[in-house]
Amino acid sequence: MTGVLEGDIGMALVNILLLAVLFVVAIAIARLRSLFAIVMLSGIYSLVSATWYVVVDAVDVAFTEAAVGAGMSTVVLLGAMLLTSRTAKPDKKFARLGPLLVVVATGVMLIYATVDLPALGDPNSPVNTGVGLQQMQINWADTGIPNVVTSVLGSYRGFDTLGETTVVFLAGLAVALLLGFGERSLAVSIRREGKSPGRGKPSTPAAKKEEDAS
Amino acid sequence: MNDDHHVILRVVSKMLLPVIIMFAFYTQFHGDFGPGGGFQAGIIIAVGVILYALVFGVPAAMRAVPPVFTRSLAAIGVIIYAGVGYWALLQGGNYLEYQALFHEPPGEHHGQHVGILLIELGVLCGVAGAMLTIFYAFAGRVAEIRDKDW
Repeated sequence: MTGVLEGDIGMALVNILLLAVLFVVAIAIARLRSLFAIVMLSGIYSLVSATWYVVVDAVDVAFTEAAVGAGMSTVVLLGAMLLTSRTAKPDKKFARLGPLLVVVATGVMLIYATVDLPALGDPNSPVNTGVGLQQMQINWADTGIPNVVTSVLGSYRGFDTLGETTVVFLAGLAVALLLGFGERSLAVSIRREGKSPGRGKPSTPAAKKEEDAS
Repeated sequence: MNDDHHVILRVVSKMLLPVIIMFAFYTQFHGDFGPGGGFQAGIIIAVGVILYALVFGVPAAMRAVPPVFTRSLAAIGVIIYAGVGYWALLQGGNYLEYQALFHEPPGEHHGQHVGILLIELGVLCGVAGAMLTIFYAFAGRVAEIRDKDW
């Protein structure tokens, strides 16, 4: 905990600013009812947290967070939102009390746990002294790959990465089994729109005029 | 004549798309030296196709990158990854033991380089295919994203 006070004051300010933005965005997500705004704000949340990961020197995690959180999951959530209504149902006053208690209790426990955490980049922390240090030392002789993250992911933990790839494949398979591959439903909706002009691709000049006017 | 509301969007995204795909391959092949790798590259390729779908419509994207291709790509990626493991087994090593790919003594790194390049390619195909399959599954159910939905 002393690392923040001893370190660069500018870095501390950047950290505080980014975390404050994250806090404000999270509060806004919790209070908003418009699903479109919530999806967009969750994209912003991912982008800001990716920036914060860069600040704490976790570049690979930041890269993944920016690509997956801000890019991919925002689009998938948008697609899911278009299938449902645009606003969430307003919930009752007392229904919020239980979740609030759970969140506050978890927050207190997490803050209590951070007291025991080693400072950021502490060379004596368990992460930097055990297997991590050993792999940093033997990586070049073992694999000849400069980026330790890649050699750990691909070589030392090759089985884990195989499992992750399989999980991603299974996720795609599961969604496709639940929702279909998208071809047939799209074909049906295009055919339906072709019969009723006004929406979709206008085929006649009259329909085109209607599209411009709207 | 003037039925195209998003002409600036279309022109700009047409210019951006090759750069996005190029950046994905940079991420893929530069993963040995800097941040990045197959997972991020696969996501970036998928996002490039999704951008095309958002701007030009899902039917156009499905003509360019058919759903049957994306779901095959996801399976092929996992097969490539698992196949490297079996290749090492056939060469007499353990599963995914890259050192055994070319029967190298410790200290030689050709097998490690080839092995990691191949599994990263598998991850790229698997992730890009799976993400596009998920996107098509959601996006195929709504005909067109209307202007008032934005």
